[in-house]
This record gives sequence, structure tokens and C-alpha cells, in this order.
Amino acid sequence: MKRTTWWTAAVAAGALLALVGLRAQAQQGDAVKEIERYREALAEGNPAELWEARGEELWKTKRGPRQVSLEGCDLGKGSGMVKGVYVTLPRYFADVDRVMDLETRLVHCIVTLQGFTAGEATRQVFGDGAKRSDVEAVVAYVAAESKGAVMDVPTGHPREREAYALGERIFFFRGGSHDFSCASCHSAPGKRIRLQDLPNLTDPKDAQRAYTSWPAYRVSQGELRTMQWRLFDCFRQQRFPALEFGSDASIALTMFLARNANGGVFNAPAIKR
Amino acid sequence: MTPRRRTRWLVTGAIVAAVVSAAAGGDAQSEPQRTVEIMKKSFKARGQAGLDRLDQDEAQAACSRRPADGPVPVGVAERIAKTSVASVKFPADGRLMGDWREGEKIAQSGIGMQFSDDPGRVAGGNCYACHELSPRELSFGTIGPSLRAFGKIRGSGPEMQRYVYVKVYNSQAFVACSTMPRFGHKDILSVAQITHLVALLLDPASPVNQ
Repeated sequence: MKRTTWWTAAVAAGALLALVGLRAQAQQGDAVKEIERYREALAEGNPAELWEARGEELWKTKRGPRQVSLEGCDLGKGSGMVKGVYVTLPRYFADVDRVMDLETRLVHCIVTLQGFTAGEATRQVFGDGAKRSDVEAVVAYVAAESKGAVMDVPTGHPREREAYALGERIFFFRGGSHDFSCASCHSAPGKRIRLQDLPNLTDPKDAQRAYTSWPAYRVSQGELRTMQWRLFDCFRQQRFPALEFGSDASIALTMFLARNANGGVFNAPAIKR
Repeated sequence: MTPRRRTRWLVTGAIVAAVVSAAAGGDAQSEPQRTVEIMKKSFKARGQAGLDRLDQDEAQAACSRRPADGPVPVGVAERIAKTSVASVKFPADGRLMGDWREGEKIAQSGIGMQFSDDPGRVAGGNCYACHELSPRELSFGTIGPSLRAFGKIRGSGPEMQRYVYVKVYNSQAFVACSTMPRFGHKDILSVAQITHLVALLLDPASPVNQ
């Protein structure tokens, strides 16, 4: 047993050394190709499925003070309809007179249907190791039910157009210590931060590719992350204060990005580095 | 037209013009203001990043342009460049070339100003995030131009030193609405740190120029 462990360690160390050596020699193009291969290898077993399964259970289980499931939740296509809803969000919901994304709508249903308080519903919006997030799990489940569907975010309602216009202003808003806006990194083709490719979110093809790959399982974090998390963490790196979950700015920016991805084929939960 | 009548027409015309431009200006201003208001309600101060990070200065406001807004007007761009040059503070001893070894460390470090950063730690410039510099570092970004062999190509005399120092201190001194942060102007890097970056780019011994 001990021997096997030693050998495994030796082989692993050897492989690591070889990798490091290879990397040092690798030219830029090779490095990018390696990352591409790594991503393909990852996609074969995506742990996001664990989140999807837990989300489905959360969706169907009677919970909360009122002991009801989330199947009575209207995500835009009628109570309990989850198939193909993610590609039509955010959208205007007349019952609350507000544009909502999936995350905000779920919290709304957890509060109004199941009887949890808003504080309880948003206590753990982002998972953190053992502290799991129910919202992330349900988002994974609902999003997976749109796999293969075409992005079709509406702007027929004036409030939807208003959210889109606000989202566009936020995208180009420069501020903070570094003068960054979303556009600083995401408005030109073929750019990178270090070796990380940046989608040009003002280009329809890039916008589609980027938006349809969220939510995603992040290998580096061991967590499934939603679009709300993606925006929160972008703003952190932008040196802005902390974006509030479900805030008007977060929904407007999501509206801008989602609508720009219209026509793209939804392919998430994906897996990323 | 009698002179008196003419004056009356001119005065009326001026009032109409003022009212019209105020209304148009009001419309043009209210949307950006509304955006800031909504953003302030949508963000929370955390760590060192307070809500004042959302208060735009003149350059930030003028440079927040959607495609429909077109490029920044020439007059505004000139004013931004002028005030940016005026904002630059130089080292007391006048020496702009520091130590390229320190410069390389600053160029590598991405620490600083995020709400997740320890405010007690010295911030870096994170130059490699966007620029190619030393050929030894393969992990570089491409948002900014390659700076490889920068001093070798352009020389390292006093004029060049001043150019690099001012560019890093306040990038908008040369190009209004540059994507690059204003490292000195926004107190991200100290005067001494900026001199080290000047050396990283210009010192013939720096790996950038090998």
C-alpha cells in the first residue's frame, strides 16, 4: 500500500515536472492549445450535474413554513414550467411590476410561495464549501432545462427596454480607483488578461458564446456559479464596491448581456477552469 | 430694423436658445445621473471599496461612452489631457529612473484596491495583465500594446523618461479616455514605484530591453 502511494507520488511529481518543463518551452500558441485541450477534458465529467440533481430535488420538495414545493413558481411560461425558461430571462413580470432574472424570481417564489423570509432566502446566495447555496442548485437545474434552446430574451415591454438601456450604460460606466468599466476588458476582439481569453461582449458571436456558457462549474473553486456571481466577481476585479444580489443594476446588466446573446444556442451549465 | 427692435429680437433669441439648450442638456444629463443613483442603490461598500468609487470625476463621466455616443468631443478630450498633465507630481529629487528589479515586482503584482485585498499591503501595477514586457514572462495580456524592448527601440534619455513617468502617473495626459488606469493620479502607485516602472521599461539592463 505504502509502496503504491510512493510510486503514485513519484509518477505524479514526474508528470508535473515534465509539464512545468513543457510549459516553460511552450510558445504562446501551444499554451492556448493546451488550455483548449484541458477544457475539453474537463467537459467530459461536469460536476454541475450534482448541483442540477440537488436543484431538481429542491424544486420538487415541499419546504418552508407553508410546506409547498417550488412547482407553483411562474418563471415566465406558467406555474411549474422550467423547460426553456432560462433563455427567455430576464423578463418583465406583471405580478411584481419588475424585470427579474432567474435568481431574483426564484428568491421571490421562495418567499411568496414557501413562506421563507427574504433574509432566509438570500442567506447563502453563493456557495462556500460546506455552506451550500440552494439558489445556485435550483439555478443549475432550471438552466439545464434550457440546454439546446435558442436565446430569446424579450424587449417587447417598455420596462424590458428600460432595463436593457440601463444595462448598456452600466456596461460602459467607468469608475473606481482604476477607471475600469465592463467595456475596458470586453469591447475589443481577441484580447486576453494574462493568458485568459476575454469575450468581446459587444460582438454578437462572442456575446452568445459567453452568455450561453453560464451558469458554470468553476474547477478552481469547486463551486457552481451563476450569472449573478459572475457579475459580482467582475465588479470586484473592476475595483467597484460589492454588487448586491438581485439589485436593479445586476438585473439590468444581465438583461443587456442576455439580450445581446439572442440567437445563440444555450449550452450550460458549462465547466470552466 | 431699429437698433432697439434688433436688441429685443436678440434678447428673445438668446432666451429661447438658453431654454432649449437647458432642456436638451437636462435630458442628456438626467440619464447618466439616474444610472449613478441606481448603481449606488445596487452596490454596498465593502472593505476598502466604498460607494464613493461610483462617484465619477470629469474624465470618468466623459469617457463612459456607449457606441451611440460616439467619440469624446475634441474640446473635452483636450481639457482632460491638459488637467491630467497638470495633475502629475514628480519625485522631489527629480530622478525618474528607479530600479528595474523593483519595477518587475510591481509589474507582476495584481494586489490592490479590490474589496478582497488587504489594504495594508502595498499595491502593484499588474502591468503583465495587459502588456507584454520581459521575454521571460509568457503569461501576459494583450489589452494594451506590447512593451517588449521598449527602451531599446526608443532610447532612454530624459525626454523618454519623462514620457513614461507621466504616462504611468496619468495615462490620460496623452490620450483622453485611455483604457489604462491613472496609477499616480488615483494613488494606486507611489511616486517611487512609478520611477521603478520607468526603469523597467527604459533601463538598458532591464529584461524588457534584452
